[in-house]
Amino acid sequence: MIGAFVIAFREVIEAGLIIGIVLAATRGIAGRGRWIGLGVVGGLAGAALVALFAERISDAFEGAGQEILNAAVLIVAVLMLIWHNTWMAKHGRELAGELRAASEAVRTGQSTAAGLALVVGAAILREGAELVLFLYGLVASGTSGYDIQFGALAGVAVGAATSAVSYFGLAAIPTRYVFSVTSGLIVLLAAGLAAQAAQFLTNAGLITVLDRPLWNTSSVLREDSMVGRVLHALVGYTDRPSAMQVLVYLGTILVMVALMQVSSAGKRRQLRTA
Amino acid sequence: MAVLHRTVFAALAAGLLATAPARAEDLPVIKVEMKDGAITPNVIEVPANTRFKLEITNTGTSPVEFESLELKREKALAAGATSSIVFRTVDPGTYDVFDDFHPNAKATLVAK
Repeated sequence: MIGAFVIAFREVIEAGLIIGIVLAATRGIAGRGRWIGLGVVGGLAGAALVALFAERISDAFEGAGQEILNAAVLIVAVLMLIWHNTWMAKHGRELAGELRAASEAVRTGQSTAAGLALVVGAAILREGAELVLFLYGLVASGTSGYDIQFGALAGVAVGAATSAVSYFGLAAIPTRYVFSVTSGLIVLLAAGLAAQAAQFLTNAGLITVLDRPLWNTSSVLREDSMVGRVLHALVGYTDRPSAMQVLVYLGTILVMVALMQVSSAGKRRQLRTA
Repeated sequence: MAVLHRTVFAALAAGLLATAPARAEDLPVIKVEMKDGAITPNVIEVPANTRFKLEITNTGTSPVEFESLELKREKALAAGATSSIVFRTVDPGTYDVFDDFHPNAKATLVAK
């Protein structure tokens, strides 16, 4: 029972942490609950489809189908996160209530909420497919006892509750600072997802350079430990990153920070001339 | 947005509908059996520095997940399912593999 609990818990929390950050980052945007809900439902449906067609997907692209699908999903999520942060650099202060003329933020906020709904969907799609296989297998086989099924469902519930706590923790940050914190978290989150995408493309054989590990910190913090997994989900911690992963990680941070600078400078110019 | 939606759908559709069988007949195939927390063989011998296919079958009644952190690979399998991981190249050496859904199930993969 404990085993089933732990497995379900950690699969849920990896996606749950991402949802918590996204919810905190969209504070003040009208209709965000509907968008995020849509992302959750879409992600679950996608996860069920991926679990159902797992073998077909694996066999596609000469056996690299799963890797290519994962990389595609991650790249979409990274693009949406980059877009959101660039948008926030311009409109974050309006949403935080420091500026009352928030009409533009209200108008265009819908599309960035939709973008983040895609991020939520992508996170659930990726982590959820394994969880669906695991849970469905437990229930369908009929051989596992009720205690194991209970353990798995309790794991899902506690994982969801922990994610909720992470959201309320972020939500408790004073309004003036919350978007600085979520923007920072999203930069690291996006960089981590981009580095994972790079690894999937390497596994698929589409990237064939810089694939050697640059360092190994598995003796300090194993990636499969609980702390390792949480850091992996949040900031992309990997105990043996390849040179390509490190390059993509740093490159993503650089691009995002540059776009945010340009975007917020554009806003200041706009305010001066107005 | 619409363009991205289409891109995602295209990628999904390509993945789901690809009917061309993998051109993998010429690849060495190494079979691994996973059964409710046991991995057979316990020492998986594979060729180093060349492409090969690891064909994993779940013969048990519970789902399994073949995983290796060192090789950065994982594959979840429902009961009764068979699926493969194609490796492009593996350096000679010994790598830990485990079943992520059965924490006590461990094996080693030896490339030479």
